[in-house]
Amino acid sequence: MKQADFVSLVMPFKDKVFRLAKRLLVSREEAEDATQEILLKLWKNKEKIEDYKNVEAFSMTMTKNFCLDRLKSKQAQNLKIVHSNYTDNNASLQKQVEAKDSLNWVSRIMEDLPEQQKIIVQLRDIEQYDFAEIAKMLDMNETAVRVNLSRARKTIREKLTNTHRHGIK
Amino acid sequence: MVLNNIEKLIEKYNNAETTLAEEAQLRDYFTGSDVAPHLEHYKPMFVYFSQAQQEQYTKDVPLKPKKTKMYQWISVAAVAVLMLGLIIPRILGPSQEERRKKELAMETYNKAMEALSLVSIGMNEGKEQLNSLSLVSENLNQGLEEASRLSEFSKATNRIFKNK
Repeated sequence: MKQADFVSLVMPFKDKVFRLAKRLLVSREEAEDATQEILLKLWKNKEKIEDYKNVEAFSMTMTKNFCLDRLKSKQAQNLKIVHSNYTDNNASLQKQVEAKDSLNWVSRIMEDLPEQQKIIVQLRDIEQYDFAEIAKMLDMNETAVRVNLSRARKTIREKLTNTHRHGIK
Repeated sequence: MVLNNIEKLIEKYNNAETTLAEEAQLRDYFTGSDVAPHLEHYKPMFVYFSQAQQEQYTKDVPLKPKKTKMYQWISVAAVAVLMLGLIIPRILGPSQEERRKKELAMETYNKAMEALSLVSIGMNEGKEQLNSLSLVSENLNQGLEEASRLSEFSKATNRIFKNK
Protein backbone atom coordinates (compact mmCIF):
# COMPACT_ATOMS: atom_id res chain seq x y z
CA MET A 1 0.00 0.00 0.00
CA LYS A 2 1.42 3.32 -1.04
CA GLN A 3 1.06 6.59 0.77
CA ALA A 4 -1.48 7.90 -1.70
CA ASP A 5 -3.65 4.82 -1.30
CA PHE A 6 -3.46 5.13 2.42
CA VAL A 7 -4.39 8.78 2.39
CA SER A 8 -7.38 8.15 0.15
CA LEU A 9 -8.46 5.34 2.43
CA VAL A 10 -8.13 7.41 5.57
CA MET A 11 -9.35 10.77 4.24
CA PRO A 12 -13.10 10.07 4.49
CA PHE A 13 -13.05 9.35 8.19
CA LYS A 14 -10.12 11.22 9.65
CA ASP A 15 -12.40 14.11 10.60
CA LYS A 16 -14.74 11.69 12.31
CA VAL A 17 -11.85 10.29 14.30
CA PHE A 18 -10.83 13.80 15.24
CA ARG A 19 -14.33 14.81 16.28
CA LEU A 20 -14.79 11.74 18.40
CA ALA A 21 -11.42 12.34 20.04
CA LYS A 22 -12.35 15.94 20.68
CA ARG A 23 -15.69 14.95 22.13
CA LEU A 24 -13.94 12.72 24.63
CA LEU A 25 -10.77 14.68 25.32
CA VAL A 26 -12.38 18.14 25.01
CA SER A 27 -9.14 19.92 24.27
CA ARG A 28 -8.40 20.51 20.63
CA GLU A 29 -4.68 19.91 21.01
CA GLU A 30 -5.23 16.62 22.79
CA ALA A 31 -7.67 15.56 20.11
CA GLU A 32 -5.21 16.45 17.38
CA ASP A 33 -2.50 14.43 19.06
CA ALA A 34 -4.86 11.51 19.47
CA THR A 35 -5.90 11.64 15.84
CA GLN A 36 -2.30 11.74 14.72
CA GLU A 37 -1.53 8.80 16.94
CA ILE A 38 -4.43 6.80 15.50
CA LEU A 39 -3.48 7.59 11.92
CA LEU A 40 0.15 6.70 12.55
CA LYS A 41 -0.91 3.43 14.11
CA LEU A 42 -2.97 2.67 11.04
CA TRP A 43 -0.07 3.62 8.81
CA LYS A 44 2.31 1.39 10.69
CA ASN A 45 -0.01 -1.55 10.26
CA LYS A 46 -0.89 -0.78 6.71
CA GLU A 47 -0.08 -4.31 5.59
CA LYS A 48 -2.78 -5.68 7.83
CA ILE A 49 -5.29 -2.97 7.00
CA GLU A 50 -6.52 -4.79 3.95
CA ASP A 51 -7.65 -7.69 6.09
CA TYR A 52 -10.12 -5.56 7.97
CA LYS A 53 -13.56 -5.50 6.48
CA ASN A 54 -14.42 -2.08 7.76
CA VAL A 55 -11.41 0.12 8.38
CA GLU A 56 -13.55 3.04 9.39
CA ALA A 57 -15.40 1.17 12.12
CA PHE A 58 -12.13 -0.31 13.25
CA SER A 59 -10.54 3.12 13.47
CA MET A 60 -13.46 4.50 15.44
CA THR A 61 -13.14 1.67 17.94
CA MET A 62 -9.41 2.34 18.14
CA THR A 63 -10.07 6.02 18.73
CA LYS A 64 -12.59 5.31 21.46
CA ASN A 65 -10.20 2.96 23.26
CA PHE A 66 -7.25 5.27 22.84
CA CYS A 67 -9.10 8.27 24.20
CA LEU A 68 -10.53 6.37 27.15
CA ASP A 69 -7.06 5.12 27.99
CA ARG A 70 -5.78 8.64 27.74
CA LEU A 71 -8.47 9.93 30.05
CA LYS A 72 -7.78 7.17 32.50
CA SER A 73 -4.07 7.91 32.60
CA LYS A 74 -4.74 11.61 33.03
CA GLN A 75 -7.05 10.92 35.91
CA ALA A 76 -4.54 8.58 37.49
CA GLN A 77 -2.00 11.38 37.41
CA ASN A 78 -4.59 13.62 38.98
CA LEU A 79 -4.34 15.95 36.03
CA LYS A 80 -7.25 17.46 34.24
CA ILE A 81 -7.00 18.11 30.58
CA VAL A 82 -7.08 21.84 30.29
CA HIS A 83 -8.34 23.03 27.01
CA SER A 84 -7.71 26.35 25.45
CA ASN A 85 -9.98 26.42 22.47
CA TYR A 86 -10.02 30.15 22.28
CA THR A 87 -11.82 31.31 19.22
CA ASP A 88 -11.25 34.60 17.53
CA ASN A 89 -14.31 35.24 15.46
CA ASN A 90 -14.15 38.98 15.63
CA ALA A 91 -16.34 39.52 12.64
CA SER A 92 -20.04 39.93 13.40
CA LEU A 93 -19.35 38.68 16.88
CA GLN A 94 -22.17 40.62 18.42
CA LYS A 95 -24.70 38.91 16.22
CA GLN A 96 -23.44 35.41 16.83
CA VAL A 97 -23.08 35.71 20.57
CA GLU A 98 -26.60 34.71 21.38
CA ALA A 99 -26.80 31.75 19.02
CA LYS A 100 -23.33 30.67 19.97
CA ASP A 101 -24.18 30.77 23.61
CA SER A 102 -26.97 28.26 23.29
CA LEU A 103 -24.78 26.08 21.12
CA ASN A 104 -22.08 26.22 23.76
CA TRP A 105 -24.69 25.09 26.18
CA VAL A 106 -25.26 21.96 24.16
CA SER A 107 -21.57 21.18 24.05
CA ARG A 108 -21.25 21.82 27.76
CA ILE A 109 -24.20 19.56 28.48
CA MET A 110 -22.61 16.89 26.36
CA GLU A 111 -19.40 17.22 28.32
CA ASP A 112 -21.28 16.28 31.43
CA LEU A 113 -22.69 13.09 29.96
CA PRO A 114 -21.12 9.77 30.91
CA GLU A 115 -18.44 8.75 28.45
CA GLN A 116 -20.44 5.91 26.96
CA GLN A 117 -23.36 8.20 26.18
CA LYS A 118 -21.06 10.88 24.88
CA ILE A 119 -19.60 8.44 22.40
CA ILE A 120 -22.98 7.19 21.31
CA VAL A 121 -24.45 10.65 20.79
CA GLN A 122 -21.34 11.62 18.89
CA LEU A 123 -21.54 8.60 16.63
CA ARG A 124 -25.27 8.74 16.08
CA ASP A 125 -26.35 12.36 16.06
CA ILE A 126 -23.22 13.93 14.70
CA GLU A 127 -21.60 11.25 12.54
CA GLN A 128 -24.88 9.55 11.70
CA TYR A 129 -23.83 5.95 11.85
CA ASP A 130 -26.60 3.41 12.02
CA PHE A 131 -27.18 1.38 15.11
CA ALA A 132 -25.62 -1.80 13.79
CA GLU A 133 -22.37 0.02 13.07
CA ILE A 134 -22.32 1.74 16.44
CA ALA A 135 -23.01 -1.54 18.18
CA LYS A 136 -20.08 -3.10 16.37
CA MET A 137 -17.73 -0.21 17.10
CA LEU A 138 -18.52 -0.22 20.78
CA ASP A 139 -18.88 -3.94 21.14
CA MET A 140 -22.38 -3.63 22.58
CA ASN A 141 -25.72 -4.91 21.41
CA GLU A 142 -28.10 -2.61 19.57
CA THR A 143 -30.66 -2.45 22.33
CA ALA A 144 -28.06 -1.23 24.79
CA VAL A 145 -26.98 1.42 22.30
CA ARG A 146 -30.58 2.56 21.88
CA VAL A 147 -31.18 2.70 25.62
CA ASN A 148 -28.03 4.74 26.17
CA LEU A 149 -28.83 7.05 23.29
CA SER A 150 -32.35 7.61 24.51
CA ARG A 151 -31.08 8.45 27.97
CA ALA A 152 -28.49 10.84 26.59
CA ARG A 153 -31.01 12.60 24.36
CA LYS A 154 -33.46 12.99 27.20
CA THR A 155 -30.76 14.39 29.46
CA ILE A 156 -29.73 16.90 26.84
CA ARG A 157 -33.33 17.89 26.25
CA GLU A 158 -34.08 18.32 29.92
CA LYS A 159 -31.03 20.42 30.58
CA LEU A 160 -31.69 22.54 27.54
CA THR A 161 -35.28 23.09 28.60
CA ASN A 162 -34.11 24.13 32.03
CA THR A 163 -31.68 26.69 30.70
CA HIS A 164 -34.36 27.97 28.37
CA ARG A 165 -36.80 28.44 31.22
CA HIS A 166 -34.18 30.24 33.23
CA GLY A 167 -34.25 32.91 30.60
CA ILE A 168 -38.00 33.32 30.92
CA LYS A 169 -38.76 32.81 34.57
CA MET B 1 -49.68 18.56 9.71
CA VAL B 2 -45.93 19.07 9.52
CA LEU B 3 -45.85 20.07 13.15
CA ASN B 4 -47.81 17.01 14.15
CA ASN B 5 -45.40 14.86 12.26
CA ILE B 6 -42.41 16.57 13.86
CA GLU B 7 -43.85 16.12 17.32
CA LYS B 8 -44.27 12.43 16.68
CA LEU B 9 -40.75 12.21 15.37
CA ILE B 10 -39.41 14.02 18.41
CA GLU B 11 -41.13 11.53 20.64
CA LYS B 12 -39.60 8.68 18.69
CA TYR B 13 -36.28 10.50 18.63
CA ASN B 14 -36.16 10.76 22.40
CA ASN B 15 -36.76 7.05 22.64
CA ALA B 16 -33.96 6.48 20.14
CA GLU B 17 -36.31 4.77 17.71
CA THR B 18 -35.89 7.06 14.74
CA THR B 19 -34.10 5.98 11.61
CA LEU B 20 -31.30 8.02 10.10
CA ALA B 21 -33.67 9.38 7.46
CA GLU B 22 -36.15 10.56 10.08
CA GLU B 23 -33.35 12.17 12.03
CA ALA B 24 -32.27 13.99 8.91
CA GLN B 25 -35.83 15.23 8.55
CA LEU B 26 -35.77 16.54 12.11
CA ARG B 27 -32.44 18.19 11.55
CA ASP B 28 -33.76 19.92 8.45
CA TYR B 29 -36.76 21.18 10.32
CA PHE B 30 -34.83 22.50 13.29
CA THR B 31 -32.05 24.12 11.36
CA GLY B 32 -34.68 25.89 9.28
CA SER B 33 -36.06 29.29 10.21
CA ASP B 34 -39.63 28.53 11.28
CA VAL B 35 -39.59 26.37 14.36
CA ALA B 36 -42.70 26.13 16.49
CA PRO B 37 -42.24 28.10 19.73
CA HIS B 38 -42.90 25.17 22.04
CA LEU B 39 -40.19 23.15 20.28
CA GLU B 40 -37.74 26.04 20.30
CA HIS B 41 -35.54 24.45 22.94
CA TYR B 42 -34.65 21.59 20.58
CA LYS B 43 -33.21 24.01 18.11
CA PRO B 44 -29.77 24.53 19.63
CA MET B 45 -29.35 20.78 19.91
CA PHE B 46 -29.84 20.09 16.24
CA VAL B 47 -28.02 23.20 15.14
CA TYR B 48 -25.12 22.15 17.31
CA PHE B 49 -25.14 18.65 15.89
CA SER B 50 -25.03 19.84 12.32
CA GLN B 51 -22.36 22.38 13.19
CA ALA B 52 -20.23 19.87 15.04
CA GLN B 53 -20.26 17.82 11.88
CA GLN B 54 -18.35 20.54 10.06
CA GLU B 55 -15.31 20.46 12.25
CA GLN B 56 -12.27 19.19 10.46
CA TYR B 57 -8.91 17.80 11.28
CA THR B 58 -6.44 20.12 9.66
CA LYS B 59 -3.14 19.02 11.06
CA ASP B 60 -0.74 17.17 8.83
CA VAL B 61 0.26 13.71 9.74
CA PRO B 62 3.91 12.97 9.09
CA LEU B 63 3.70 9.69 7.23
CA LYS B 64 7.11 8.32 6.68
CA PRO B 65 7.62 5.26 4.57
CA LYS B 66 8.65 2.41 6.74
CA LYS B 67 12.41 2.35 6.92
CA THR B 68 14.10 -0.93 6.56
CA LYS B 69 15.36 -1.54 10.01
CA MET B 70 18.25 -3.68 8.76
CA TYR B 71 20.95 -1.27 9.85
CA GLN B 72 19.67 -1.04 13.35
CA TRP B 73 19.73 -4.78 13.70
CA ILE B 74 23.20 -5.30 12.31
CA SER B 75 24.82 -4.10 15.52
CA VAL B 76 22.55 -6.34 17.52
CA ALA B 77 23.47 -9.29 15.35
CA ALA B 78 27.17 -8.52 15.72
CA VAL B 79 26.92 -8.40 19.48
CA ALA B 80 24.93 -11.61 19.51
CA VAL B 81 27.53 -13.39 17.41
CA LEU B 82 30.29 -12.12 19.65
CA MET B 83 28.55 -13.25 22.80
CA LEU B 84 27.83 -16.64 21.29
CA GLY B 85 31.44 -16.96 20.28
CA LEU B 86 32.51 -16.26 23.83
CA ILE B 87 29.89 -18.28 25.60
CA ILE B 88 29.57 -21.46 23.57
CA PRO B 89 33.14 -22.78 24.04
CA ARG B 90 32.83 -22.08 27.75
CA ILE B 91 29.58 -23.96 28.03
CA LEU B 92 30.67 -26.92 25.97
CA GLY B 93 34.15 -26.98 27.57
CA PRO B 94 37.13 -28.97 26.26
CA SER B 95 36.13 -32.18 24.52
CA GLN B 96 37.03 -35.71 25.83
CA GLU B 97 39.82 -36.15 23.35
CA GLU B 98 41.35 -32.85 24.26
CA ARG B 99 41.23 -33.80 27.91
CA ARG B 100 42.95 -37.14 27.21
CA LYS B 101 45.62 -35.40 25.17
CA LYS B 102 46.21 -32.98 27.99
CA GLU B 103 46.59 -35.84 30.49
CA LEU B 104 49.01 -37.59 28.19
CA ALA B 105 51.02 -34.44 27.82
CA MET B 106 51.11 -34.03 31.58
CA GLU B 107 52.28 -37.60 32.05
CA THR B 108 55.10 -37.30 29.56
CA TYR B 109 56.05 -34.00 31.10
CA ASN B 110 56.20 -35.53 34.55
CA LYS B 111 58.26 -38.45 33.31
CA ALA B 112 60.67 -36.14 31.58
CA MET B 113 60.95 -34.07 34.72
CA GLU B 114 61.74 -37.18 36.77
CA ALA B 115 64.38 -38.28 34.35
CA LEU B 116 65.87 -34.83 34.25
CA SER B 117 65.96 -34.57 38.01
CA LEU B 118 67.77 -37.91 38.16
CA VAL B 119 70.29 -36.60 35.67
CA SER B 120 70.71 -33.43 37.69
CA ILE B 121 71.39 -35.45 40.82
CA GLY B 122 74.11 -37.32 38.89
CA MET B 123 75.42 -34.04 37.64
CA ASN B 124 75.68 -32.67 41.16
CA GLU B 125 77.64 -35.74 42.25
CA GLY B 126 79.97 -35.29 39.29
CA LYS B 127 80.34 -31.66 40.24
CA GLU B 128 81.50 -32.61 43.74
CA GLN B 129 84.09 -34.97 42.28
CA LEU B 130 85.18 -32.17 40.01
CA ASN B 131 85.67 -30.03 43.08
CA SER B 132 88.05 -32.55 44.58
CA LEU B 133 89.82 -32.72 41.22
CA SER B 134 90.29 -28.99 41.24
CA LEU B 135 91.74 -29.28 44.75
CA VAL B 136 94.14 -31.87 43.40
CA SER B 137 95.06 -29.60 40.52
CA GLU B 138 95.68 -26.75 42.95
CA ASN B 139 98.06 -28.98 44.94
CA LEU B 140 99.68 -29.99 41.72
CA ASN B 141 100.22 -26.37 40.81
CA GLN B 142 101.74 -25.68 44.20
CA GLY B 143 103.98 -28.72 43.71
CA LEU B 144 104.95 -27.42 40.29
CA GLU B 145 105.89 -24.04 41.70
CA GLU B 146 107.98 -25.68 44.32
CA ALA B 147 109.57 -27.86 41.63
CA SER B 148 110.44 -24.72 39.61
CA ARG B 149 111.98 -23.26 42.73
CA LEU B 150 113.97 -26.51 43.04
CA SER B 151 115.12 -26.22 39.45
CA GLU B 152 116.23 -22.61 40.12
CA PHE B 153 118.13 -23.91 43.08
CA SER B 154 119.74 -26.67 41.03
CA LYS B 155 120.78 -24.04 38.43
CA ALA B 156 122.44 -22.04 41.13
CA THR B 157 124.29 -25.12 42.45
CA ASN B 158 125.38 -26.00 38.91
CA ARG B 159 126.89 -22.51 38.50
CA ILE B 160 128.74 -22.94 41.77
CA PHE B 161 130.03 -26.24 40.61
CA LYS B 162 131.25 -24.72 37.34
CA ASN B 163 133.06 -21.92 39.11
CA LYS B 164 134.91 -24.43 41.24
